Amino acid sequence: MVQFRFMKAFSLFLVLTMVVVLAACSGGNGNNSGSNASPSVKASDTPKESSQEPSEQASEEPAKEENVTVKFGNFSGSGDTAKYLTQMQEAFQKEHPNIKIDIETIAYGDYFTQMQTRVAAGQAPDAYELNYENFVSYAKKGVLLDINPFFDATQFDKSTLNAQALNAFSADGVQYGMPGSFSNVLLFYNKELFEKAKVDLPTKDWTWKEFDEAGAKIRALDKNTYGVFQPIQFHEFYKLVQQNGGSLLNADKTAFTVNTPENVETLQRIVDRVLKTNIMPTQAQLSGVGDWDLFKSGRLGMIVTGVWAFSDFMKNVTFEWDVAVEPGNKKKATHFFSNGLVINKDSKVAEAAFEWIKFLSSSKEAAQIRVDAGWELPAVTYPDVLESYLKLTPPSNRQAVFDSLEYLVTPPVIEQFGEMADILGIHLTAASEGAKTAQQALDDAQKELTDKIKL
Amino acid sequence: MQSERNRKKWLTIILFLLPSTIGLLVFSVIPIVYSLVISFTDWNGLNPWNLAAGTPDFIGFGNFKSILEGEEFWRVLKNTMYYIVLYIPLILIASVLAAVLLNNTYKAIGLYRVIFFIPVLTSWVAAALIWKWLLSDEYGPINAILSFVGIDGPAWLQDRIWAMPGIVFASIWKDMGFFALIILGGLQAINPTYYEAAHMDGANFWSRFIRITLPLLSPMLFFVLIMCVINSFQLFPQVMIMTQDAGPYGSTQVMVERIYKFAFKYYKMGYASSFSWILFVIIFVFTAVQMKLQKKWVHYDS
Repeated sequence: MVQFRFMKAFSLFLVLTMVVVLAACSGGNGNNSGSNASPSVKASDTPKESSQEPSEQASEEPAKEENVTVKFGNFSGSGDTAKYLTQMQEAFQKEHPNIKIDIETIAYGDYFTQMQTRVAAGQAPDAYELNYENFVSYAKKGVLLDINPFFDATQFDKSTLNAQALNAFSADGVQYGMPGSFSNVLLFYNKELFEKAKVDLPTKDWTWKEFDEAGAKIRALDKNTYGVFQPIQFHEFYKLVQQNGGSLLNADKTAFTVNTPENVETLQRIVDRVLKTNIMPTQAQLSGVGDWDLFKSGRLGMIVTGVWAFSDFMKNVTFEWDVAVEPGNKKKATHFFSNGLVINKDSKVAEAAFEWIKFLSSSKEAAQIRVDAGWELPAVTYPDVLESYLKLTPPSNRQAVFDSLEYLVTPPVIEQFGEMADILGIHLTAASEGAKTAQQALDDAQKELTDKIKL
Repeated sequence: MQSERNRKKWLTIILFLLPSTIGLLVFSVIPIVYSLVISFTDWNGLNPWNLAAGTPDFIGFGNFKSILEGEEFWRVLKNTMYYIVLYIPLILIASVLAAVLLNNTYKAIGLYRVIFFIPVLTSWVAAALIWKWLLSDEYGPINAILSFVGIDGPAWLQDRIWAMPGIVFASIWKDMGFFALIILGGLQAINPTYYEAAHMDGANFWSRFIRITLPLLSPMLFFVLIMCVINSFQLFPQVMIMTQDAGPYGSTQVMVERIYKFAFKYYKMGYASSFSWILFVIIFVFTAVQMKLQKKWVHYDS
């Protein structure tokens, strides 16, 4: 009998412990994301009737609403850029005193692992940042909120945003996010090496032919100077094949078209730069030295890289340099990278979250803060904001950033994006090291991609 | 009265056991069971579970089947085997040598132990970054030293064949101290009278080493061997940092690296779970075989 009562007491005790542990866990999570949360957190946790259906007056007179807290997860505001995000937050809260933004910054390296766990656990922030490549995976898995109703409700003026950038964050006709910032890729060149090698400076009309010829002349200067650098990897490749009139997928995205003659020709061309003419260094010649460092040390004539190099090069390059629109071949194609802002499908404060991402994405204030800080490019179309961006030098041809926008292409949007990029990347490397011919590498890639990727 | 005391005693025991039991449950038992369940699904690691709506879909042994039928698993296993074949003999020789050296040093033994042990305490991230530089083709000291002897060193980590040996070097440097310390413990436990007797019989250093030291060390060597095999199958941070993800043409793709990528990069949590259960079975089998084989060569001093 005693034994029995004891067992009962014990099981009760166990249950209690479990409850305490569980409560501590969830409490801990809450505190984590809202370390300086005010008592108003409570108000935000209780679901509002109106939160599902955005009403028109809510956006016009938000002050009338009760106080809410929007949790915002991001990676691009880590480190040096944190203070600019805080500036934006302050500007926003001045306009919307009833919305408190609770910023949670996670370093890029951990961001997607953490976000994945939290989304699966139903603990995702109300609004968060996603880069373009991951956006598609999230959108197709149905964890993001359709923001079209909000656009309609607030009569959002879509022309304030770059159309291509905005369009990038829709999938299957549904708008799942807004572009927070974007960047593109240009041809950067060392003016002094060009003059030394007596080659004409790159222009907007350059094609692969001029690019390779100039590279060869610069390579001929001396043993340790290289003509060009353009990484042989997935992101460059999907763009390069389009410059040559090819693509990785067929038009309706139902089959891979990786090993078409245009694509093989493209790969052959870039592999030749490494293995045949050697105007581009091999991995061994590079030997762990970063491509940017090679350029900064004055040993590289041209490098194809992103505008995010501006701030580094402005500070650390001692010679004269400038930029141009990337050369094309049969046609022009330039890169588009963007970080988008999305809303969690289960957010209880979706309306306020939308106000916040709308502000970050499309308001003049936020855009101006971004431009002044040199923190990527806002995806906005305000002429005066963009004007102030153009005034910064070097590079003196900053206009090329906007000229490139005319040729933007986006990476092939599929659900298994990361896996596809890795698989193709491995085969591209095999070719760039001479382990396989261009034809063989792309044949193998085509087969493996068809086997493993569901389209 | 008796039962009252008994109850108190039990309560004390339970209270003491509770913290570690909860830890074990929450951080080991539940995740293990959970991953076994996931391994039979196609869960993407993102959608909340909603069995009514069919997410995730239970696909039975589908994941296991496609892993074992695919070419990737065998390629990755081959890479791991390449690592093991290089690593195991080298680490055994290196740590026995280090232990013998330490055992014969009487002055400043503490200092030497520290020197050998420091790499063990270093984080893999720091160590791998240093080794990346050491093994660099043009600027790395290792190739500089090799060129003194007239050898033109390869671009270690950028080369399909040499990337794995490069990682083996780093691993040996990192792990040697720990295993040497275990073997040193074994060496110091050997009764010196054996050596004295052998010395009387005129055995030289080499035959003393072969006939006395090694057999009496065999329990420690056995432990080291098992640990090394398990560690090898779990090779991960070196690969990720030194060879940027998976090395030239995937030549350093290994099991744990694949599991990580599938789970957190490709959104295939179910597939990754199946992969890790296969890894578990492999390690289990290897360890069981070694346990079986130990009777043939491990001698316990009784």
